[in-house]
Amino acid sequence: MKEQDKPLLTIEGLHTCFHTLDGIVNAVDGVDMVVYRGETLGLVGESGCGKSVTALSVLRLLACPPAEIQGAIHFQGVDLLGLDREGIRRIRGNAISMIFQEPMTSLNPVLTIGEQIAESVRLHQNLSGKEAWRWAETMLEMVQIPGPKQRAKDYPHKLSGGMRQRAMIAMALSCNPQLIFADEPTTALDVTIQAQILNLMQDLKQEFHTSIVLITHDLGVIAEMASRVIVMYAGQVVEEAPVRELFKNPRHPYTQGLLGSVPVIGKKAKMGRRLQEIPGVVPGPLETPGGCRFHPRCPKVADLCRREAPLETVLGEHRRVRCWLAA
Amino acid sequence: MTEEKEHREYAGQFRRSWAKLKRNKAALFGGALLLLYLFTALFAPVLYPGSPSAPNLMISLEKPSRDHFLGTDELGRTIMGRIIWGSRVSLLIALGVISVGLVLGVPLGLISGYYGGKIDFAIQRVTDMMLAFPGFLLALALVAVLGVGLKNTVISIGISMIPIYIRLVRGCVLSVKEQVYVEAARAVGSKDFRIIVRHILPNVMVPITVQTSLGMGTAILFAAGLGFLGLGVQPPNPEWGAMLGSGRAYLFNAPHVATFPGVAIFLAVLSFNLLGDGLRDALDPRFRI
Repeated sequence: MKEQDKPLLTIEGLHTCFHTLDGIVNAVDGVDMVVYRGETLGLVGESGCGKSVTALSVLRLLACPPAEIQGAIHFQGVDLLGLDREGIRRIRGNAISMIFQEPMTSLNPVLTIGEQIAESVRLHQNLSGKEAWRWAETMLEMVQIPGPKQRAKDYPHKLSGGMRQRAMIAMALSCNPQLIFADEPTTALDVTIQAQILNLMQDLKQEFHTSIVLITHDLGVIAEMASRVIVMYAGQVVEEAPVRELFKNPRHPYTQGLLGSVPVIGKKAKMGRRLQEIPGVVPGPLETPGGCRFHPRCPKVADLCRREAPLETVLGEHRRVRCWLAA
Repeated sequence: MTEEKEHREYAGQFRRSWAKLKRNKAALFGGALLLLYLFTALFAPVLYPGSPSAPNLMISLEKPSRDHFLGTDELGRTIMGRIIWGSRVSLLIALGVISVGLVLGVPLGLISGYYGGKIDFAIQRVTDMMLAFPGFLLALALVAVLGVGLKNTVISIGISMIPIYIRLVRGCVLSVKEQVYVEAARAVGSKDFRIIVRHILPNVMVPITVQTSLGMGTAILFAAGLGFLGLGVQPPNPEWGAMLGSGRAYLFNAPHVATFPGVAIFLAVLSFNLLGDGLRDALDPRFRI
């Protein structure tokens, strides 16, 4: 088996629930996924479908209680859920790191950019303060921030949103992790800046041979970045496919709906074609419908869907779908 | 060159707050008054050589005159001299009280707010109990237990300040710890202690600074109150509250004996309060210019 074909991260039967006063909320309900070395995996779904909670569960960043994480998460053969506090702390930032959605609030306003990057380096590598600072400057240069030496001494409020997101990426990459969870890294940015950041991530991925799990609801971003896509709905994986396959031949009605709801411009746009929408909203966390979870919104709903929840149908390697129509 | 530059950057942060403080006339007045008190306290032996406690019954209860600028008290001691030396006592008490409050209150507030759960519950119930008493009454009760004197005044007022700091810091920590940058710090593998000291504490420094300035005013007032009741610093040491207390007996025939120490207390508390208010506005990052 080639190095590239070895799974870096395997998640099996992940259940993450929150004990609330209103009852138990199953945010993630039986998710399986594999991330390979050097690949970009897209994780797509509407707000509240459990994408972010999946990422936070892997790094165990959720407060337990109220959260409860069950299942198996193996990273390079190490059982992450079995590690003690010190063990998981050594993994965080060092082997697996995270880029957060909001660059405006993800940086500490009272520490300089350089201090924040140097801190994450010093936590995991045996470097002196000066060496760590120099490394922080190098990282800022790497993410193409102009005048990195000056910017390292700046406080976050002096930087624009795009610059801050670059700084966040520098921080996430500073210990050369094998895996990065990028939780909607471009959602808060302008479209032009989005493209720059995505290109930057693509370049750095090549350079550092990092795997990326890209969490987003933007299918355009997925098409550009990901090689494989997992679609989530109401805490479950509903479809997995290589990216071309997914756009060409979506099997789950939800995926079809998602693709249909992307506006098309130019020649491909048919005259008079209305923008498709998926009727209704994602069911609340406490009102998960019986049977198939998508059935109240599904245009192809059948009796069976209302009665019984579909199991996953494996259609090929990395090609699975959770729908009675595909079974 | 880089060091110079770095220095200039920090100066930039400082200058911004300073520029705002400078525009606030009341705060400037408070600051200037405080500097005057500090100067007086530091140079008391120069400003009033000789003992402020040595009696001279020949000149008791004299009205303000050229020889005795603020008059003399019932034992013929110069009130000016006693106020000058008394500023040492009052500022020392303020400093001591705030140290006790900060050293014990801030860490407890940080722990209580950050960890939550049972630790938080335990700390908060004790705080509730302490806050159930008016601050002065608590200090009074503690003096009753510990006894009178400078050290015990500092300890008892200091303890009555602790719950105020705990509440203040805990409240700020509760909002700061939910910020994404704290989660981000955890995501890069920071330990709890590091997160508290490096990421949370600097973000709650502004309210702590403001409370410290305001608290010093309160401390002086409490100390004067204890002194007035004869439960604070003991005579013959010059203490404003005690001077006020002993002057009370001569309020009708020699009102200056009680008035001037009262003015000294009033101005000292005012200076801390004005400065505290000014600092709050100047340091508040929401009103950055």
